[in-house]
Amino acid sequence: MALRFEILGRFNRARASRLTLPHFVCQTPLFMPVGTQGTIKGLTTSQLEDIGCQIILGNTYHLALRPTSELLDEVGGLHNFMNWPRAMLTDSGGFQMVSLLHLADITEKGVTFQSPVDGKPMLLTPEESIQIQNRIGADIIMALDDVIKTTVTGPRVEEAMYRTLRWIDRCIEAHKRPHDQNLFGIVQGGLDPRLRDICVQGLVERNLPGYAIGGLSGGEDKNSFWRVVAQCTAALPEDKPRYVMGVGYPLDIVVCSALGADMYDCVYPTRTARFGTALVPQGVLKLKNRDMADDTRPIDPTCSCMVCKNYTRAYIHCLVTKDAMGSQLLSYHNLYYMMQLSRNLHSSIVEERFPKFVCNFLHQMFPNGDVPEWVCNAMEVAGIDISSCCAPLSSYQE
Amino acid sequence: MKHFVVKKTWSNGVRVGALEVGNITATGGVVIETPALLISTRKGLPHFTPPDLLPSLPSPDSHFLQLSPLHFLEGLSPTTISKIGGLHKLIGLPDYAIAAVPRDSIHSIPESKSASKLGPTFETPCGRLLVKPKDYVQMISCMRPNIWATLADEVPAWVSDKRNRTSVDRTLRWLDDCLALNPAIGSIFGAIVGGSNLDERKRCAEEVAKRNVAGYWIGGFGLGEAIDERSSLLRAIVDVLPDEKPRMICGLELPEEILQGIAAGIDLFDSTYIYSLTLGGFALTFSLDKNGNQDNFQKNKMGSDSTKINLRATVYRKDMSPIIKNCTCHTCQNYTKAYINHLFNVHEMLAQTLLEIHNTHHYLMFFRVIREAIQEGRFENYRQTFIESRREHYDRGVVCEVEGTRWLDKIVQFVLKCIGFGVN
Ligand SMILES: [Zn+2]
Ligand SMILES: [Zn+2]
Repeated sequence: MALRFEILGRFNRARASRLTLPHFVCQTPLFMPVGTQGTIKGLTTSQLEDIGCQIILGNTYHLALRPTSELLDEVGGLHNFMNWPRAMLTDSGGFQMVSLLHLADITEKGVTFQSPVDGKPMLLTPEESIQIQNRIGADIIMALDDVIKTTVTGPRVEEAMYRTLRWIDRCIEAHKRPHDQNLFGIVQGGLDPRLRDICVQGLVERNLPGYAIGGLSGGEDKNSFWRVVAQCTAALPEDKPRYVMGVGYPLDIVVCSALGADMYDCVYPTRTARFGTALVPQGVLKLKNRDMADDTRPIDPTCSCMVCKNYTRAYIHCLVTKDAMGSQLLSYHNLYYMMQLSRNLHSSIVEERFPKFVCNFLHQMFPNGDVPEWVCNAMEVAGIDISSCCAPLSSYQE
Repeated sequence: MKHFVVKKTWSNGVRVGALEVGNITATGGVVIETPALLISTRKGLPHFTPPDLLPSLPSPDSHFLQLSPLHFLEGLSPTTISKIGGLHKLIGLPDYAIAAVPRDSIHSIPESKSASKLGPTFETPCGRLLVKPKDYVQMISCMRPNIWATLADEVPAWVSDKRNRTSVDRTLRWLDDCLALNPAIGSIFGAIVGGSNLDERKRCAEEVAKRNVAGYWIGGFGLGEAIDERSSLLRAIVDVLPDEKPRMICGLELPEEILQGIAAGIDLFDSTYIYSLTLGGFALTFSLDKNGNQDNFQKNKMGSDSTKINLRATVYRKDMSPIIKNCTCHTCQNYTKAYINHLFNVHEMLAQTLLEIHNTHHYLMFFRVIREAIQEGRFENYRQTFIESRREHYDRGVVCEVEGTRWLDKIVQFVLKCIGFGVN
């Protein structure tokens, strides 16, 4: 085990912790930006540090294609290659294959797929996934799991869950650097609480450094989503980090944190920036809209990032989706927003004002009190009273 | 522009000076040593270098930006810019000097065929634009640059004498129109044209020299004229201009061309060369030796001519050394050729950012070396050594160069298409 996980504060199920990884001491809850190909959307690593990124994510599938894991191994790992001094996480590559390649097929051996380079059939086994990730050298590596869409039902869900459990042993067996890299197992089982339970128990028996909740954010309804998260976080050990994969909407992060999750990743903040959308406390701000053309306010007057301190919405409007700089500046702000959200979650839990933070967050996003029902349900389970945010408009104008 | 001092002029006309530019926010301004390179921008910011990394570039050398007011016609009205407080506020760089020039050789290219007596036309990302003096001065008044060039009817070298004469007449008329509008904004640089015709160049320069302008903007170069005839054309212009006012030029790009301009007494240059290099994946690697010597420098590798290397080349796949070992730029201090090569392979924008930082740094340092040579009276030696030792490399690298240029065209198109639409 190459990590230390210390809980610094709690509110009911929510927790704030210090997560010490080989390359960085992180504070949770935390959001991890996705740097698919060893870079995040035009930002330099010094900018990522300025923004406050603690862990960045690399995609094993993409990195194995280019520049290849052999090259990364040769040059001392991805940290060295991209000059990133802080922590890093790589996924297993399985999800990317299943979602990007039409011809991916999963058998007991591994994931078979057609090589995008020469079209030949190839096989990614759990052993190979771990070997590649050992070469890339991230602080946290992910087990290869049998990924299915959340919309899949029937015996395939059960098969995938049991296969994921069988594969975790092959991953543990193949892991050659347990003292430098932490192997996280992934809880599968679709939306079936019974299967999720079996998977959690199976993984916990293996005493892994951390656990991820997988198979979500794939189009399932929000009530199913939070219930799976709530079930898994309740069953996972207290003293290990919990990572909800593919979650990146600020609202989802706040809900999952209230339910006891610690880590998140998503391409959303940078992808949405490319299309001209900024993340703000009120939700989103579409900078492409024509009414931004003469709006002289910053993107978010309450944000203290480099972009909001210097630029108007009007200027970003004229850059966005047309010039490289527009996407760079907006990605900068959006990542800053996510990091600020992570910091606020952490400090509000440590300083014992988490419910107030949650209410304030919801109040800004839903000023009319129309907090979605699933959020209200989840908060009830999390033991956070948000009735003041859900009240009719008239009651908070005083 | 507060004032311009020529610090030293040699008998051959080569000179060093200092341009002091104050600005509207009254934070003090900046003193730029000349000959100087203006940083080419898109809507006020360098194409790929984010504003928080600008301080890593040589200072104050890098604090002089050039933009075209026409860039903003794509989505931002002059009144909004005025409401924000002018260009300096808009781009968040209150201490930088800003020169506005309608032409920029990248996104605002003079299109002489459609120009009329009303104004010049430009090919821009939002189509072909005709710009009338009144509208232009209106834009300038809202944007408040420190320096601005008047409108020019720039024509390519191959037009008829008659068309060339017309271009001089129009350019002078538009200058008078701009002056008549009497905008109390910044320092006006009068535009000088005249194509490849010595007499017309001279006539235009003489006429502009009679006007009440703060400096001169020389247009119509880099539009198909022969390199050999350029020196005499420049000489003809500079001879009739007063010594105490700065001279800015557009269209001289390569190191040899910069040296040619400086030899003729030009003070300010644009940097679109850096943009083209960067898009094509080229990193400047020529020697900044104080005597101009280009020998004993990095040996040829594929896609290079010893003055620059192409980081797309597969030889750099595992090259974990910086672009230049002792370069102090942000890129060379933090990143390797292998990483930049990878970024180009996977079409990631950071490739351009890192390359633009290095190339800008390198070219600004080139100007420093040149200024030092002028100051010490070694310019002619420097120039000759530079050109001769570089020519040897050119001869050897000529095949790569041609290949590189064709490649560059394709890449430019590709990158333009990809910006903002890459893979996440
Ligand atoms: Zn911001
Ligand atoms: Zn450098």
